[in-house]
Amino acid sequence: MPSDTGIKGDVARRAYVNARLVDPAENMDTTGGIVIADGRIVARGPKVTAKSAGNGTPVTDCKGKLLFPGLLDMRTFTGEPGNEYRETLATASEAAAAGGVTTMIVMPNTDPVVDDVAIVDFILRRARDTAVVRVAPMAAITKGLKGEAMTEIGMLQEAGAVAVTDGNKAVANAQLLRRALSYANDFGLLVVQHVEEASLTTGVMNEGEVATRLGLPGTPPAAEVIMLERDIRLVELTGARYHAAQISCAASLDLIRTAKQRGLPVSCGVSVNHLVLNENDIGAYRTFFKMSPPLRSEDDRKAMITGLADASIDVIVSSHDPQSADTKRLPFAEAEFGAIGLETMFSAALSLHHAGEVSLPRLMSAMSTKPAELLGLEAGRLAPGAPADFAIADPDKSWTVEDAKLRSRAKNSPFEHRTLEGRVLETVVAGRTVYAYD
Amino acid sequence: MTNGEPRPTTIINGQHLLAIDDLSPDEITALLDLGNHYVELNRQIEKKQSTLRGRTHINLFFEASTRTQSSFEIAGKRLSADVMNMSVKGSSVSKGETLLDTAVTLNAMHPDILVVRHHASGAAELLAQKVGCAVVNAGDGQHEHPTQALLDALTIRRRLGKLQGLNVAICGDILHSRVARSNLLLLQKMGAYVRLVAPSTLLPQDADRLGADVYRDMAAGIEGADVVMMLRLQLERMDGRFIPSSREYYRFYGLDGEKLSLAKTDALVMHPGPMNRGVEIDSEVADGVQSVIREQVEMGVAVRMAVLDALARNLPGGGNM
Repeated sequence: MPSDTGIKGDVARRAYVNARLVDPAENMDTTGGIVIADGRIVARGPKVTAKSAGNGTPVTDCKGKLLFPGLLDMRTFTGEPGNEYRETLATASEAAAAGGVTTMIVMPNTDPVVDDVAIVDFILRRARDTAVVRVAPMAAITKGLKGEAMTEIGMLQEAGAVAVTDGNKAVANAQLLRRALSYANDFGLLVVQHVEEASLTTGVMNEGEVATRLGLPGTPPAAEVIMLERDIRLVELTGARYHAAQISCAASLDLIRTAKQRGLPVSCGVSVNHLVLNENDIGAYRTFFKMSPPLRSEDDRKAMITGLADASIDVIVSSHDPQSADTKRLPFAEAEFGAIGLETMFSAALSLHHAGEVSLPRLMSAMSTKPAELLGLEAGRLAPGAPADFAIADPDKSWTVEDAKLRSRAKNSPFEHRTLEGRVLETVVAGRTVYAYD
Repeated sequence: MTNGEPRPTTIINGQHLLAIDDLSPDEITALLDLGNHYVELNRQIEKKQSTLRGRTHINLFFEASTRTQSSFEIAGKRLSADVMNMSVKGSSVSKGETLLDTAVTLNAMHPDILVVRHHASGAAELLAQKVGCAVVNAGDGQHEHPTQALLDALTIRRRLGKLQGLNVAICGDILHSRVARSNLLLLQKMGAYVRLVAPSTLLPQDADRLGADVYRDMAAGIEGADVVMMLRLQLERMDGRFIPSSREYYRFYGLDGEKLSLAKTDALVMHPGPMNRGVEIDSEVADGVQSVIREQVEMGVAVRMAVLDALARNLPGGGNM
């Protein structure tokens, strides 16, 4: 387990008390606190108070605010290496910290591609030297993301890759994916697939009435469903663990539910965008809402929420994909796909809690405990012994997303100018405060 | 031998040697015993014996193989057969003649023993149905390579005194290997425990239903083994479709000193050759004290003499040379 991602623990002992403690790893939602030392949690629970922490231990009074495991984002794209003008590991990590994300799982779609141990080394080294949160890379499944030949999956894992994926590309060749599933499974490594049948994915938004009215080519939900259905058959054939990076439509959810009922080792994620936005948000050709998979219908969005609430959908991702003005300030059809999201994931997801649609522990689990579990990382919980990675937030505090204040180097946020309810106040990684709201 | 002397005992019952699958444990034992006899002959200065005098032995190799072909050739010559090699290059086979056309043509020349290697599984079987002579399968596709399994068994038996109860780890490209299949069958027939060690991509589907224990982790697979049998990994399997690269293969499935130390202290190291040094086996291990790889080559000639002899006994007029 690559626990050492270069973050050096703060040796200072400190107590955080009088918090609403949410630890989804143990279904805990209680008033209490934690004590940290040497970058790890040493005590947690209702009995942790300023008094119990002992003399000389500095105490932070959380004043009833939410304290929860730092979030793990299973889908962060950065521009490092290769496209640093869009985003570096450092700038992405600042955005992550401001959003309560303490571990970014970065995608291999860089230049060069993360398909060689040297690139994994590079990312881990750059992360150690420049990032304020933990960085865990996923390596490519195929060399050069070309979908033709497997990468050195075993050696990439030894170098520190936590899973394999071709990121925003689907592995189209069924035989190759079958073998990659088998091979990665020998090493206990999760295969993460972007579920999209390329030959059906020729549109720029969801296929349907809205696209027709806008005069834009659409991509039907079937593009996702076909690939997912095929992949599930391969999981059945290989018995290997498989994770659909993001699903976006009701039909995919049905497939996931059936596969899980049949006991197949399948899991999936949904981007926070697909939980709170739909195709209508594109409005007047707003390119920040152009993403892959595309925003779907309102019915699909509601299905995603149901799936998340009953844990058919395992994780929420930010799908943070920084794009610069030159690739976004274009006619809709010509603009790049992708939206940033590290800084807004928590707040946007919290809207489901405020609407009474998904419980708070379930939401937190989908952004911390569950991704950690899928990837075999020791974060994502507040148990004594766990890394002191956590965040404190005011779930009711509203704030307005202003691009000038976003920490990401790119500003393509679909929540631009929106007022969100719920704000991260402090983020701690390995015992060190890496973000404090001012 | 002249009239009045007893006919030599029957070694195997069949007319051909197509697969280990067709042999009983008694037949295997008899072949190994006869092979053992020829080991001694081969170590003498006078190596020639008249067993197959007058017989025509044709090597028909549709796949290039210097070592197997020459091993059969030497075996035939030491038994005084007239040996002819037919390789594909320069023959009518490369001009589009089918396997059966070739067989019929050769059959008309009245050979006694046809040794065939072909890239298609079942080719030897097909040939055997169409010719009148004895057919020896020298490797058919991904099916069987019976003389390899016999020579491996003879090597093990001479070194360890038995086959029964041994733990033999067969490691590498099980999926494409006829050597693995023949060895698995033979060793199981003789009461050895076989483990198959390979990444999932080089294991056949349902490998666990072949009666062997299957391991994806090499350390676990060779722990405590009496014999570690490595397989050759074809270069074209290492381009990312089955295996990411040769260095990754070597890292996780190559036999080096560290991995070998997990097997029994005096475990035998075997390889059917030709080896990819630094891919499936480390040079120090291949040339080390536990390696019996060169001995396998020696046993190969002896076992093939035994096979030719055994089959000749079953030919019309056999045993009356």
